[in-house]
Amino acid sequence: MSVLVYTESWGGNFRKSTFEAVSYASETAKILGTNVVALSLEDVSDEELVKLGSYGASKVVSIPSVNKGDSQSASKIIAELSTDASVIVFSGTHTARMITPRLSVKLAAACITNVISLTESSEITIKRKSFSTKAIEIIKSNTEKTILSISPNSFGLIENQMDCLIERSDFIEKGSLIFEGQETASGKISISEAEIVVSAGRGLKGPENWGMIEELADVLGAATACSKPVSDIGWRPHSEHVGQTGKPVTADLYIAIGISGAIQHLAGVNSSKVMVAINTDPEAPFFKAADYGIIGDAFEVVPKLIQEIKKFKN
Amino acid sequence: MNILVCISSVPDTTSKINFTENNTKFDCSGIQFVINPYDEFGLTKSIMIKESIGGKVTVITVGDASVEPVIRKALAIGADDAVRVNMDPNDSFSVANEISEYIKQNSFDLIITGRESIDYNGGAVSGMISEMTNLPLVNACIGLEIEGNSAKLVREIDGGKEMITSPLPMVIGGQKGLVLENELRIPNMRGIMQARTKPLSVVEPTGNIMYTTSVSFAKPEEKAGCKFVDASNVSDLVDLLHNEAKVI
Ligand SMILES: Cc1cc2nc3c(=O)[nH]c(=O)nc-3n(C[C@H](O)[C@H](O)[C@H](O)COP(=O)(O)OP(=O)(O)OC[C@H]3O[C@@H](n4cnc5c(N)ncnc54)[C@H](O)[C@@H]3O)c2cc1C
Ligand SMILES: Nc1ncnc2c1ncn2[C@@H]1O[C@H](COP(=O)(O)O)[C@@H](O)[C@H]1O
Repeated sequence: MSVLVYTESWGGNFRKSTFEAVSYASETAKILGTNVVALSLEDVSDEELVKLGSYGASKVVSIPSVNKGDSQSASKIIAELSTDASVIVFSGTHTARMITPRLSVKLAAACITNVISLTESSEITIKRKSFSTKAIEIIKSNTEKTILSISPNSFGLIENQMDCLIERSDFIEKGSLIFEGQETASGKISISEAEIVVSAGRGLKGPENWGMIEELADVLGAATACSKPVSDIGWRPHSEHVGQTGKPVTADLYIAIGISGAIQHLAGVNSSKVMVAINTDPEAPFFKAADYGIIGDAFEVVPKLIQEIKKFKN
Repeated sequence: MNILVCISSVPDTTSKINFTENNTKFDCSGIQFVINPYDEFGLTKSIMIKESIGGKVTVITVGDASVEPVIRKALAIGADDAVRVNMDPNDSFSVANEISEYIKQNSFDLIITGRESIDYNGGAVSGMISEMTNLPLVNACIGLEIEGNSAKLVREIDGGKEMITSPLPMVIGGQKGLVLENELRIPNMRGIMQARTKPLSVVEPTGNIMYTTSVSFAKPEEKAGCKFVDASNVSDLVDLLHNEAKVI
């Protein structure tokens, strides 16, 4: 028996969400009394692979010959490596969302997504987010093996140094998709993984005013996001749209500037740990959900905030 | 092009969520149900494809009779016919299994689902269908063009986007980008009249094998309340975020 964990990298380095998934897998392995095997399907150096050992992996299997977007092949190889695994852990990335359901069918294993807690016991029972974060569901696996996909940034990193054995192999089969290339998003930090997200809404009046939002994000090392109407009218790219029908945000700090706080917006962002609202309207619904608020004009408050944070950072 | 659009009937996005029977059942009273917002993009796209190259759009929903108004709305928007699988949708696997059985008995060039349902948020049905029917899958799809027997697709990845070509038939999990927000179709009077007479067939479930059991629900903890900082003392906010909230 073991816990298998799927890893993802970007530009040759593992994502933070991967270290989180390994930490989660390792805590799960303690509950089940077993060890963690990590799987990497990308071209990752040995120096990077051993980092998985710092979070509790005792073995890493590296098979860089599979395109992870080819869920047909990726799920096949993972299924082959899962014979011994009772729990298979993923972080809920877009790619994982293609692989986990296929794997579920292949292994006749329950697939539980949006996971936010460890299992209560060796019988897998877990808390997950549902109703677009308006509710938490407790759900039980009915199957021998269980696939868990955790909600990024909801668990955190736990160091747990292990001697980590690296095993490399190949897999030649290919699915029927042809990959024509990738384009990198303009934002430097991805919203799903960011610890801090700076988000702005229609209160900013126009796309030309986003300079200060980007600067604030820059000084905080944050990702930028926006409300739905802002991306609908084309002030910002769709990839920045957050909320119930956009990307979910689970940051440590979410700063909402000129965003009213409509229920659909809050539904996607309110699992952030701390929320700040900056709005001219004292009645803005966002203040009911926020931890900290400033009633004021973004065009005055945000430049001051940038200055204060710069001062603080020095 | 024979297109199947999978539609989930979900509580309207403004709904307050409550539970009954000891927090084990979703409380439907006073709730307005709508087409899952992600599914609307796929529905509109499939109607556009039909209009440009011909074909037929079928919608399928797994649910009891209470989902029929939502199905009728999809017909009013422009789907040609509809299927309801008469089963309570309690688990992604059982839903995908029923839809896959229908796909195996009928033939489709394209199967479109939403990226995820806004109630269950499983994000799993599309992937399960693709595995059960052994078809290629592109999820979080933000671009789709049909070229003969293949599809040119764009999918969102964490950190950017990826361009893909796939043979048909295939399964897509769609979202905004498949069509734009302002291209979404709203039912007009003529559509609503026509929808009343379009075929809606009800089929009985084949299995209902569930891989998970929902135990109970809870509401997230309420926030303690908002602490206000004066707009002239922005440095206080930095202080609070550092010393009290410990997030910077
Ligand atoms: C099906 C459906 C799904 C939806 N999904 C989403 C979603 O995923 N995400 C989302 O964001 N929305 C979503 N919405 C839209 C949502 O209902 C709101 O319309 C939207 O969130 C409002 O965006 P906003 O706050 O930027 O704009 P507004 O509501 O126009 O608010 C602007 C705010 O800026 C403030 N303001 C104005 N000037 C200033 C200034 N100088 N300084 C500071 N503050 C200022 C105003 O007081 C106001 O509170 C959805 C709606 C529907 C129907
Ligand atoms: N009961 C259902 N009937 C038909 N389609 C469904 C149903 N539930 C989910 N789907 C489809 O699967 C997608 C993803 O749903 P989920 O896996 O529940 O997040 C939805 O956007 C729908 O397209």
